[in-house]
Amino acid sequence: MSLPAATRETTGAQKLFDLAHDATNQCVQCGYCLPACPTYESMGREAASPRGRINLVKMAAEGKIDVLQDLAKPIDLCLGCRACEVACPVGVPYGHILEAAKEVIADAESVQPSAGRGSKLKQMVLSHLFPYPRRLRALGNLVWVYQKLGLDKLVRKTGLIRLLPQPMAAFEKVLPRLESPAKRTRRGTVIPAKGVKKASVAFFAGCVMDAMMHRTNRLSIELLSLVGCEVIIPAGQNCCGALHAHQGLADEARELAKANIEAFEQTGADFYVNNAGGCGAILREYDHLLAGEGEWAERADRFAAKSRDITEILVQYGPLPFQQEWEGVITYQDSCHLRNVQGVVTPPRQLLQSIPGATFVELEGSDSCCASGGIYNLLHFEHSMKILDAKMEKVKDTNAATIVTTNPGCLLQMKLGVERQEPAGEMRALHIVEVLAEACGIE
Amino acid sequence: MQPHVLDEIRKIIPEERILLDLSDRYSYSYDASFGQYLPDVVIEPNDAQEISRLVKLANQYRIPVYPRGAATSLSGGPLPVEGGMVLDMSRLNKKLFIDRENLLAIVSPGVKTAEIHKKAEEVGLFYPPDPSSSHVSTIGGNLMENSSGPKGLKYGTTKEYVIGLEVVTPTGDIIRTGGKTVKNVTGYDLTRLIVGSEGTLGIITEAILRLIPKPQARKTLLATFNRLEDSGHAITRILSSGILPAAMELMDNACIRSVENYSPCGLPIDAEALIIVEVDGHPKAVEEEIAKCADLCREQGAVSVRVARNEAERQEIWKARKMVSPAITQMGPTKISEDATVPRSQIPAMMKRLKEIRDKYQLNLVVFGHAGDGNLHPNIITDKRNIQEMKRVEDAVSEIFEAAVSLGGTLSGEHGIGTMKAPYMEMELGEIGLLMMKKIKQAWDPNNILNPGKIFPKPGQTKVVLTE
Repeated sequence: MSLPAATRETTGAQKLFDLAHDATNQCVQCGYCLPACPTYESMGREAASPRGRINLVKMAAEGKIDVLQDLAKPIDLCLGCRACEVACPVGVPYGHILEAAKEVIADAESVQPSAGRGSKLKQMVLSHLFPYPRRLRALGNLVWVYQKLGLDKLVRKTGLIRLLPQPMAAFEKVLPRLESPAKRTRRGTVIPAKGVKKASVAFFAGCVMDAMMHRTNRLSIELLSLVGCEVIIPAGQNCCGALHAHQGLADEARELAKANIEAFEQTGADFYVNNAGGCGAILREYDHLLAGEGEWAERADRFAAKSRDITEILVQYGPLPFQQEWEGVITYQDSCHLRNVQGVVTPPRQLLQSIPGATFVELEGSDSCCASGGIYNLLHFEHSMKILDAKMEKVKDTNAATIVTTNPGCLLQMKLGVERQEPAGEMRALHIVEVLAEACGIE
Repeated sequence: MQPHVLDEIRKIIPEERILLDLSDRYSYSYDASFGQYLPDVVIEPNDAQEISRLVKLANQYRIPVYPRGAATSLSGGPLPVEGGMVLDMSRLNKKLFIDRENLLAIVSPGVKTAEIHKKAEEVGLFYPPDPSSSHVSTIGGNLMENSSGPKGLKYGTTKEYVIGLEVVTPTGDIIRTGGKTVKNVTGYDLTRLIVGSEGTLGIITEAILRLIPKPQARKTLLATFNRLEDSGHAITRILSSGILPAAMELMDNACIRSVENYSPCGLPIDAEALIIVEVDGHPKAVEEEIAKCADLCREQGAVSVRVARNEAERQEIWKARKMVSPAITQMGPTKISEDATVPRSQIPAMMKRLKEIRDKYQLNLVVFGHAGDGNLHPNIITDKRNIQEMKRVEDAVSEIFEAAVSLGGTLSGEHGIGTMKAPYMEMELGEIGLLMMKKIKQAWDPNNILNPGKIFPKPGQTKVVLTE
């Protein structure tokens, strides 16, 4: 099908048609995705459902609606959790449709900046911060200094915090206590396996993880080494590109992917391990991202096949040498991209259940998104908080003292959820690696 | 829509529940069947009063009104074929009350059917109708279409479980039909008239449903046959042996092959048919019954019979059936799903006719369905962009209906008539039979504003049109 030239030029409909129309055609509109969609549950409108969004992408690709005027908002309100893909009985590749739509919307916005949705902050962060590990680490260091000097308490006490926009202020409160940058693991190092070496793994440090949660990275490496993995930290690794791809900056995402493939190939490791569900998902989908790019496509295939979440490796080469009895109930909130994209459901649960003394209680709706959604909670604070508060009610029912996740975004969101509870809860929100390390007596 | 009409709507419904954006209107333009129709406005009413006022307004200005549940309809029930206003009923989901003493459920129309299943089962009760979309579909939609699923064989369809309704009539009045008693012969049975009326005679705003005690146990078997007729005979033998299974499903060779190809379940791909039989009831009774069903299958020449020993094995058996839909859609992006139903003794004859139709029109036609009650699902997998093939599909669909009716069956067992089967109504009902139905519609809805364009064929229309 071809569209009238004028429509094609101004709206990107033709590009959307080429990228996603066939995929949208696979949808039989049965609606089985509706109950799986967190935004449909909370907003109750078809345009906020996967079936609705797929249809709108199709309409935009056919030139029946406008990419910016009609499609941008419903797409923007999608969390990208991809629970609908698991629910879909016919295997519609929703994630790919979503990314195609985001790419075309981003294209259109760059031509028509006035039509943008107040996205200067987003653009700045995505284009000038995430692709540069050094800048991110520098920011992380600043936050450490900020906390170390007690400025955070001062800002809160003096009311200066009210000057921040609400979402920013909310997250300032739940930022983790950063470890001294001196403890950050250096790129290019190799950490030997404890005891007999069972495998060689290359560790993906991630950008946010490395800058803001490098303690979790350090603990991850120690755990991997404990179960007999030699851990290589490839120099030259970069941001995974997930946030870029999710925001429609596909070209940037592809460049980052290539840099990572290059860096990891050089290690000759058996597996490429990461500890962030969101990063892991795109690492495993580099094959899709670079499909049709000749030699890169093959290299991406191999890269994707070697990518693993840390919980898979710890189960494969475990058991972990636990040192301490755990007290209290633990519950677990799935990282959507770990569960729905990578299909990793049992390993994290298995690890938590294996901790001596721990009582693991399954959280009702743990497979449903917490509405962190990358930076969704910053861009759509109110929608996000509505979903989060409903989630925290379910968490309360488990009587858990600890809520565990496997992705930095989800973790921050859970911390915020705990903070928002009335009265402010005693509950701890932790990355699974922190829990396992604590039970193994690692500081 | 004219601005002054919109102003009047705004007096009834607050702005935030009136959807006019193109993206919203396109989002209510489809269901799980065929075709797309853009409504002028989508409204999210909260209660019967609002609906009543909207319907009165619609009568005044002759605006078509299309109530919509979760739009899982396979017959076009909620499609706004003449534009106008779509009423999204999903906000009317507040009431789900289980009356244990009277074995009743009192529900709002927007409640999901699966929630009724869950609530009833929590107290040892049972709401049997089980359309496969019940985790998505609303009870309101189920009532309007008189839906059912595999359990229809033993427990009947939705209409068997409805004893009372609150309805907004096509002229905007609010009436109650039936009540809380199982026995009720006061006047015409308007409850049964409304149930299955596909939204053409009223908008249900509350329903009183009958519940039954939950069966204590169930047993399931899967049997495969090298000859389709043998499976047909096995079905009739079981049903005439004094056993009434809770479900009896059939899959033909094309289904078996596509399931094995899509997600291997260990099914024999050369088998012409397989059947799944499930019995429920007292634990001792089901043991005996399933053993007897297995024997009867073997006697009729089954090549294999597998009885599930535990819940995991039972799930494994049902997986084969559940995989049918995803598996067959791998053959093409467009699925025309029919539900022509024949008396159960005619299943082998109907299967034969369907095979002939498949060969004649060279189509991907697969057959599965609820064999125990003669409710087959011939599905044609095609691509609506292939105009030539779609023309053949149109002819094939017509012949499927002719075959069903000539064997003493009906156009639709559980999906409803909607837009897809309207052209064939006279074939089954005859001119006067159809006229009597039209008279009911005219009496209830003099201005023809409620779900117009459904059930009744347009003048001169005798065949479904699937090409744009």
